[in-house]
Amino acid sequence: MPADDQMRSYPGARPPDRTGHIMSSGLRLALNEWGDPDAPMIAMVHGGFDFSRTFDVFAPMIADAGWRIVAWDARGHGDSDRAQLYSWGADVRDHMAAITTLSDEPIVLLGHSKGGGQLLDLLDARPGLARAFVNLDGMPSQFSAPDINDRERRRMRRADVGAALDRRRRRNELTRRPDTIEGLAGRRAPMNPRLTREWLEYLVTVGARHDAEGWRWKIDPLLHLGGFGPWRPQWSMDHLAALDLPFLGVLSGVQDDPMGWKSRRGDIEPFLPPGGQLEFYDDIGHFLHIEKPRFIADLVLEFLGRLP
Amino acid sequence: MSRRTEFLANGTMRLALHTLADSSGASDDSTHPLLLLHGLGEQSPASRPAWTDAWPGAVLALDFTGHGESDVPRGGGYMPETLMADVDAVIARYGPVSIVGRGLGAWIALLISGARTASVRGVVLADGSGLFGGGPHPPSPYVTVLGPGDGRTPDPYALIELSRDVRPPDYALDYLRFALEESELETPVVVAARIRPDWLVAIAADVSVAEAPLVEAIGSFINPQLANR
Repeated sequence: MPADDQMRSYPGARPPDRTGHIMSSGLRLALNEWGDPDAPMIAMVHGGFDFSRTFDVFAPMIADAGWRIVAWDARGHGDSDRAQLYSWGADVRDHMAAITTLSDEPIVLLGHSKGGGQLLDLLDARPGLARAFVNLDGMPSQFSAPDINDRERRRMRRADVGAALDRRRRRNELTRRPDTIEGLAGRRAPMNPRLTREWLEYLVTVGARHDAEGWRWKIDPLLHLGGFGPWRPQWSMDHLAALDLPFLGVLSGVQDDPMGWKSRRGDIEPFLPPGGQLEFYDDIGHFLHIEKPRFIADLVLEFLGRLP
Repeated sequence: MSRRTEFLANGTMRLALHTLADSSGASDDSTHPLLLLHGLGEQSPASRPAWTDAWPGAVLALDFTGHGESDVPRGGGYMPETLMADVDAVIARYGPVSIVGRGLGAWIALLISGARTASVRGVVLADGSGLFGGGPHPPSPYVTVLGPGDGRTPDPYALIELSRDVRPPDYALDYLRFALEESELETPVVVAARIRPDWLVAIAADVSVAEAPLVEAIGSFINPQLANR
């Protein structure tokens, strides 16, 4: 247990009101909940390299407006079990296991980044799971580096494949490097350049473990940003166009944010479901709900208020 | 000989690697192994297939993760690209190999030939289960959750996930290019399959790829000079 001076607080951040777990094909997924357990349910699905406690400010804002928020850590992330294999499809399946465990009725789904992209896949396959869907900058529509020529693209793919194989060879030796709270926050900062150091230090205290050598992120060291395989971002637009439910999409227009797919309004609009709402903000980064939690929460609550 | 089985570490799991034949070469063991990769839902053969009889080196056969005597992961998550790591574990143990892949194994053989060009001396792509995968475009979406499983093989998640992975022809050609750019062989990829999904049509159409029946294809890699490099 870390000493008191190793803890951090953050304005508006509230730990979950309840914790638990869900099983998905033998894997234990950590569950966090905020709000009245009898209130209507919203499931929040985090993005890649995040974890459900990244909703510590945003989720209470929605919960305090009369909703029950449920959020689980993806396999290998946060407090969930590490898996032997990871894939986009396996995450999608874990989301389905979680949703069907928690509710027999359609619920509201909200996904950020990779979580939003995965929910697009899930809802195309299982539209009956949701009665509304909020997607926070999780709408892949194009390559974020469209100017790359074929030769360069192949070189990058080859480097990715080699690195992934090398990492798998060493997987039993891989560990997360220990550091201080400040050090770990500093190492995450390049991924989250628009978020305050105060927030990142808070995140360390809920997303890392403390041991004799210091703090280490909980995420499985086998996982890495990016990936390889033939997946193409534009495939997600097929799933978006297939939706037939109340939809709110929110896009970040900050092009120099290192995270996110950089989709633009014109990339998405042609594929919106009937009556779908799309908002675009060129002054909020990819982590919209963390950078401007009150603003995004109000936007989401306004959308929820119009649901039948 | 009856097959001999060893287990290779694959993270927290074990991979079953079978030796179907020892090297028949000189005592200096001058040639590299031939590695057999089975199709989707299959497992390694119990004994040396007759079509490998001419191979002078050892004949090995790998059970992919979730197949045969290899371990089954919790909760699936199979991708062809991660099965490449299974083959990479064999390469780490035995060094350079030539590969015959059936069905799914053919797809994995192509990928690893491009990913580990220095260690894969040539691949034969043969007919077998799982040759198509999910086709060149994403198939209709399908998500299902199974129970925790009982550890038996083939893993149902392997059967679901590895029959739905997308195999675009241009993606296959990327790996062919990787192989061609660095291979010491003039023709490192030989197509023996008679059935041709889109990705294999694209591979076979490349001027650097040969087509031959299985035995002849394997024979094209029997070259002591190359094996000694």
